[in-house]
Amino acid sequence: MKEQTHMGMNRTGVQMSPLDSSDMQSGMPASMTPATPGDDSALAQVRSSYITQADPVGSVPLPGTVKGAISTGASMLTGAEPQLLLDKLGERLAFERTGTRLYDALITKFEALQDNSTSMTLADLQQIRQDEVRHFAVIAEAIQTLGGDPTSQTPCADLVGVESIGLMQAVTDPRTTIAQSLHAMLVAEMTDNAGWEMLIALAEDQGQNALISDFTVALNEERAHLQQVQRWFEEATLGAPISSGAIIDDVGDANPSQLH
Amino acid sequence: MALDLFSSKGTPVEQQRFTWRDMVGKPISKLDDDAFTRVRVILMNGIEIEALRFQHMAARLSRELRLPLAQIRRTEQHQATMVNWLLGPDHSPLETTIAYEQVAIEVTAAVAQREPDAYFAQAYRFGMLEDFDHLYRYSALLDRLEGKDANNILQSYTDILPGRPTVIEHRSPVDDVRDPYDRASAAPLTKLHALTITAAEFQTHDYYMNIGPLFADPIARQLYAEIASIEEQHVTQYGSMINPEESVLEQWLLHEATEVYNYYSCVQQETNPRVKAIWERFLDYELGHFHRVSELFKQHEKRDPAELFPDKLPEPITFASQRDFVRQVLKQEVDLRAKGTQFVDKGQDSQASIDYRTHINSDGSPSETVAAGYIWSPGTELNRKVAVAV
Repeated sequence: MKEQTHMGMNRTGVQMSPLDSSDMQSGMPASMTPATPGDDSALAQVRSSYITQADPVGSVPLPGTVKGAISTGASMLTGAEPQLLLDKLGERLAFERTGTRLYDALITKFEALQDNSTSMTLADLQQIRQDEVRHFAVIAEAIQTLGGDPTSQTPCADLVGVESIGLMQAVTDPRTTIAQSLHAMLVAEMTDNAGWEMLIALAEDQGQNALISDFTVALNEERAHLQQVQRWFEEATLGAPISSGAIIDDVGDANPSQLH
Repeated sequence: MALDLFSSKGTPVEQQRFTWRDMVGKPISKLDDDAFTRVRVILMNGIEIEALRFQHMAARLSRELRLPLAQIRRTEQHQATMVNWLLGPDHSPLETTIAYEQVAIEVTAAVAQREPDAYFAQAYRFGMLEDFDHLYRYSALLDRLEGKDANNILQSYTDILPGRPTVIEHRSPVDDVRDPYDRASAAPLTKLHALTITAAEFQTHDYYMNIGPLFADPIARQLYAEIASIEEQHVTQYGSMINPEESVLEQWLLHEATEVYNYYSCVQQETNPRVKAIWERFLDYELGHFHRVSELFKQHEKRDPAELFPDKLPEPITFASQRDFVRQVLKQEVDLRAKGTQFVDKGQDSQASIDYRTHINSDGSPSETVAAGYIWSPGTELNRKVAVAV
C-alpha cells in the first residue's frame, strides 16, 4: 500500500498564481533591481565574526564524586581526554532516550492508524523501543564506570537535543503519515548508527576496552534497526503503483476562477 | 545595601544608545551558567516588555506624554532585545518554559516572604502554588515528549512535584479579581512587588500563547492552551492589585522605579561578569528614565516624586532557592481556593468557578493526561524505570 499523499489545491508555487506572479516579475523600475547592493557574502561576513568570537556551548561537568575525580585524574595523567569520551557518551545517552520517546510516538501513530502499509508490526516497534531504553541504560552505566554523572547534559548531548527537535516534530504531528514518520525515524537511525561507530572508535582510542563489547552489541542492534526502518520506509512509500485515474480527478478539483 | 533613587541620576536618556551588534551579543550558556542567571534574564525581559506594554497604553491615554513616552520606550525596546537575546538558542521552547516556571516559583516565593501586606502575600503564595504545579506538568511533557530531564534547567534549585492541580486552577473571572492596594497608604515595596509579578506573569502568558502552536504534538498544544489560560488568570489576579486610581504619570513613575529596583537586585547578585555589566548599564539607564519621568511628574502633576518613595529603595529581591518556604506553603495552603476577592478552604469553593471548571474540563484535562503517573527522577522517568527493572 502506498503513502497516502494526494493531489489537491496546494497554493504554493508561482504556477498557482499566474497573474500575480507575472505582476510580481514585471513593471519594476530598473533602480529597484537589485533593491540592495551587494550579495549573500555579506551574511557570511557577519556570521564569521560571531563564529570567531563565540564562547563554547558549555563544558563537560567535573566529576562530582571522589571515585570520578580519581578516575578522571588518572586518565588525564595518561594523556587521554576523558572529557571527550564523556561528552560523546552523554550524546548517545541523550539520543537513545529521545529515541525511546520517538518510538513511543511512532507506536501510538501505528496503533491509531491500524496501518498495514508495511511489514512492520507492533511487536517490532516495541522491540526496538526496548532496545533503545536498554542502550540508554548501557551508556548510563558506562558513564558511571568512568566516574561521570549520567544525569548531566554534556555539550554534545545538548546539541543532539537541538538536532532531534525536528524529528520529534515530524513524528508527533498527527497529520503525518506512517511513511512520513518513518522518514524521520530513518534520519534518527542513520545518525544513531554513525554515533555508535564513533563511540566504539573513541573507546578503543582511549583504551576503554571493557566498554567495547556492550557497545558492539548495541551497534549491531542499531544496524538491524536501520535495516528494518529503511525497509518499512520503502514499503510505505513505494509499496504500490501510483494510480493515474485518481490523479486526474484530483487535479480537476482545482477551480480556475480561484487562480490569481 | 539599599539604593537611593534620588541620589544617582544615572545615564541621561539622550546618551542611551545601541547598535545591532551591541544588542545581539553572546548568549549565556545553558549548561554552564547558574540557573539564577537565566532566571534574572527572563525576569528582566518580562520587566522590560511590561514597560513597553504600559507605555503604549499610557500614550493612548495622554496627548502631552506621547513624545516623552516614545523616547523612553525606544530605549526600553532595545534593552528588552539585549536582555532577551541573552537566552541561548539551544534552549528548546519547552526547556525555556521550564525556566519560565522556575522564575514564577522562585521570584514569587521570594516576594511573598518580603511582602509587608498580609493579603497580597497570601495572593502571591496562592499563585505560586499554581505555577509550581505547572512546572511539574511541563517537566512531565519534556520527559515524555523530548526525552529530557527538566532538572538540567532547574539545577536542583526547584522541586518537581504536584502543587495545586492545574485541573482545578480554572476559575470564573469573578474569583480572579483581587482588591487593589491603597495608593496613599501602601508601602512602596507592595507597589514594586505588584508590578514585578504582574510583569513576570504577563510575559509568561504571552510566551505560551506564541510558542504553543509551534508544537506538533497534540498534548503539548493542549497543555500550552490550558496553562496559558491560567496565566491569563494570574495576570488578572496580579494586575488587579495595582491601584486603578493612580494617575498615568504616577503609574509610569512606579514602573520606572520597578525597573530600577529589579536591575539593582540583579546587579547585587549576578555571578556572570558579562551579564552583570549589562545589569549595571541598564540600572543606570533606568535611573535616567526615573529622573526624566520625575521631572514630568513635577511638571504635570505638581507633586514631589519623593512622596511615592520617601525612603531608600527596599532590600533587593532575593534570587535563591526558596525550597523550604515552597514546601511549607504547599503543605499548608494547597487546598485554598479563591472566592471573589478572598481565599477560602476548598470546602467553601465558589460555585461559579466549579461550574466554569466542570465545563472547560469536560472534554478531558491536558494537565492530568500529560502527567498521569509521573514521578520525576534524576535522568528522567526512563532512568527510574530501568533501575526498577534491573
